[in-house]
Amino acid sequence: MATQLNGADVVIVGLGAAGGIAALPLAEAGLDVVGLEAGTRLTRRDFAPDEIRNNVRDWPQAVQKTNQEVPTQRPNAGAPTTRASSHPMMNGVGGTTLHYWAQSWRLNPWDFKVVNETVRRYGRSRLPAGTTIEDWPLDYEELEPYYDKVEWETGVAGRAGNIKGALSPAGNVFEGPRQRDYPMPPLRGTGFTDLMAAAARSLGWQPFAGPAQINSRSFQERSACLYHGFCNRGGCHVDAKNGTAVTTIPRAEQTGRFRVVTRAHVTAIDVDARGRVAAVRYLTDGQEFVQPARAVLLAAYTYENVRLLLLSKSRAFPSGLSNKHSQVGRHYLSHAQGGGVTALFPFNLNTWYGLPAQGTAVDDFADDNFDHGSLDFIGGGNLWVYSERRPIGAANMTTFGRAPNWGSAWKAFVKENADRVNTSYLQKTTLPYESNYLDLDPEAKDPLGFPVIRITADYQENERRINTYIQDRMEQWYRAAGAIAVQRNPLGTMGPSTHTYGGTRMGDNPETNVVNRWGFSHEVPNLGVLGGSVMGTSGARNPTLTLQALAWRTADHLVKNWKSIGE
Amino acid sequence: MISRRALLKAAGAVAAGAAGAEVTRAEGIADTPAPASAAADRPAHDHDQASPREPLEALTAEEAALLTAIVARLIPADLNGPGAVEAGAVAYIDRALAGSLASSREAYRRGLAAVERYARSSRGGSFRELTPVDQDSLLIDVETGAATGSGAGFDGSSAAFFALVRAHTWQGTFGDPHYGGNREYIGWNLVGYPGVRTAVTADDQRLGVVPAPLRRSAYDTDMFTKATARVDPRDPHHGDPA
Repeated sequence: MATQLNGADVVIVGLGAAGGIAALPLAEAGLDVVGLEAGTRLTRRDFAPDEIRNNVRDWPQAVQKTNQEVPTQRPNAGAPTTRASSHPMMNGVGGTTLHYWAQSWRLNPWDFKVVNETVRRYGRSRLPAGTTIEDWPLDYEELEPYYDKVEWETGVAGRAGNIKGALSPAGNVFEGPRQRDYPMPPLRGTGFTDLMAAAARSLGWQPFAGPAQINSRSFQERSACLYHGFCNRGGCHVDAKNGTAVTTIPRAEQTGRFRVVTRAHVTAIDVDARGRVAAVRYLTDGQEFVQPARAVLLAAYTYENVRLLLLSKSRAFPSGLSNKHSQVGRHYLSHAQGGGVTALFPFNLNTWYGLPAQGTAVDDFADDNFDHGSLDFIGGGNLWVYSERRPIGAANMTTFGRAPNWGSAWKAFVKENADRVNTSYLQKTTLPYESNYLDLDPEAKDPLGFPVIRITADYQENERRINTYIQDRMEQWYRAAGAIAVQRNPLGTMGPSTHTYGGTRMGDNPETNVVNRWGFSHEVPNLGVLGGSVMGTSGARNPTLTLQALAWRTADHLVKNWKSIGE
Repeated sequence: MISRRALLKAAGAVAAGAAGAEVTRAEGIADTPAPASAAADRPAHDHDQASPREPLEALTAEEAALLTAIVARLIPADLNGPGAVEAGAVAYIDRALAGSLASSREAYRRGLAAVERYARSSRGGSFRELTPVDQDSLLIDVETGAATGSGAGFDGSSAAFFALVRAHTWQGTFGDPHYGGNREYIGWNLVGYPGVRTAVTADDQRLGVVPAPLRRSAYDTDMFTKATARVDPRDPHHGDPA
């Protein structure tokens, strides 16, 4: 029998990148906040520099609830589904901000108004066929104060390229104007990233050190980054990575108004007779609890946000919560992050240490930073090279067709070249399409018997053309730095991804969007949604800072309108 | 999940072997002799360095001997130094098959038996009796999938079994020695990895610099919780803090 708990003002479902941010402004405003988290708390002692555990066996990220709910995938509605064995995101207080790369970009102003800008500059015919893209209901300028807030409250290291219109080549000159610089200088360069920056300048490009939610110096009484090489998928052993577990969540708890409940496996959101959200239902070790709430912020990952809405059926919402217009699951996209380029150099790069956020960026070919008049696509990509290498990964390097994959000849090759190879990270504009969406799988179930999410999605011509163009630029960059061999990796499929967007898109039109410009449901006034699932475009860079700025803004809106929303 | 090794260890049954490995790892010193019992179980023609230092946990002696002969060809001992056998890759795989990689145990049972049958049917002898040249050509058949339809009994494509063994051999050669492989840091020395550091300086990241090799396991410091290294990946929770 379900245990009825005392009511809270606000219940946040999921304490990751987004929910962990929203907790702070809500608790500081004096609201009673409960955070339901499926995972547990991890500490710096759990983050051992152990490649087998972290990078081969996928701990910490695979030991979790989400791993039992891996979505199925198919490229189109006529294709058979397949199911991967693991999920890229994790449960835990702090969520995936525990082990993520922590690249903390603001979107380019263009990303908020792709439709208008494309029509204005190139004509409506340049919008790809089948896309369901809309301009955001807010622009960059409206989000800027929240970007600033998250950068300063959590700690982002970087160098401004545009302060109130004054450009600085030390930063990204293509970024939108910001009110002030970052709270910390960027992570330091390495011999290799400096070499790449010089090569970019020799091509007439404008390289810079990218922004990271990581301490480049001691910040908020936590350590500076120690660059030890196990940041990626491993978590930080000195709490220098500013995920929500060490920043906003503990500060929210210190107010005495925020209570974290771990191992809370949320199964449904209940509505009352008026169609308002009334409670969140969850299981802990098989025992069911009902947590009443005046307002609910749904802040799981994109797949689980969509799944919980579709599973929360009621008389008022027979096809799922906030789904009267069948928009839950639509406008889904996963970022085209595949298709990196790998290069071989004739000298050692000394990139055994570092982290994915310690790198050099080129933004000259991202977004609409370059003229697309004679090109056959819109958007572009951010080029990123960084310093990181671990021994198993090194021994698994490509041999560029110059040696077999095992045996004495392989051994001689890898002995000479293990530290001479580098793979870039190329994030590219990805658009939403009518044919790409999420729904409930008709067959695959989780251990409780609930259907898992089914991904139906494939990259289209625009994404493939960007990929080719960006790989060309990346090869040019590596060659300018002295690479003697270059290999292009495949773009891949649109299976479960760490960068997902849409499914509960934000927009003014309730017929094509699930949440309004403030992140609240068009149909359920006291239900907000946080995370990448509200974003309608991807840009050419990591989504976390943007979804955190949006989360803060939604929480702010709830505080300012508590009387109308919560009471 | 508690592995057989952990139970044996708790009972003190393998104290000598396990303690020997720990000492070797912690101090980074030269090889320790294999326990006599393990040596006695070995076929005469087996590699001298192939001795498991602890009783096998998952593989049979026959399977371990065949796997040893296979990984000896994947990363051989040669002019460029010792290889996967010397690094303890077989001990790594055996221990993992009793724990985190238990789901692969059946694939090894079938795959190893299929390799042996394929050796006899296609090369006229036991894999371990073949010349290195014949062993390599046979392994290329397995790697490329050419051995799949041979009737040897590969479960699906022989290429899948090859990929599995290769991946695990690389883990056992280049991974943290905590898991029983990468003995004497053979793997890290081969690729030139300067070692696990908990702090790295700007100088350590300059071009032309080779940081002094540091040879220790991540778990040789007291900074980290060892328990997580043996967690079952299917466990739905990380465990609660103490």
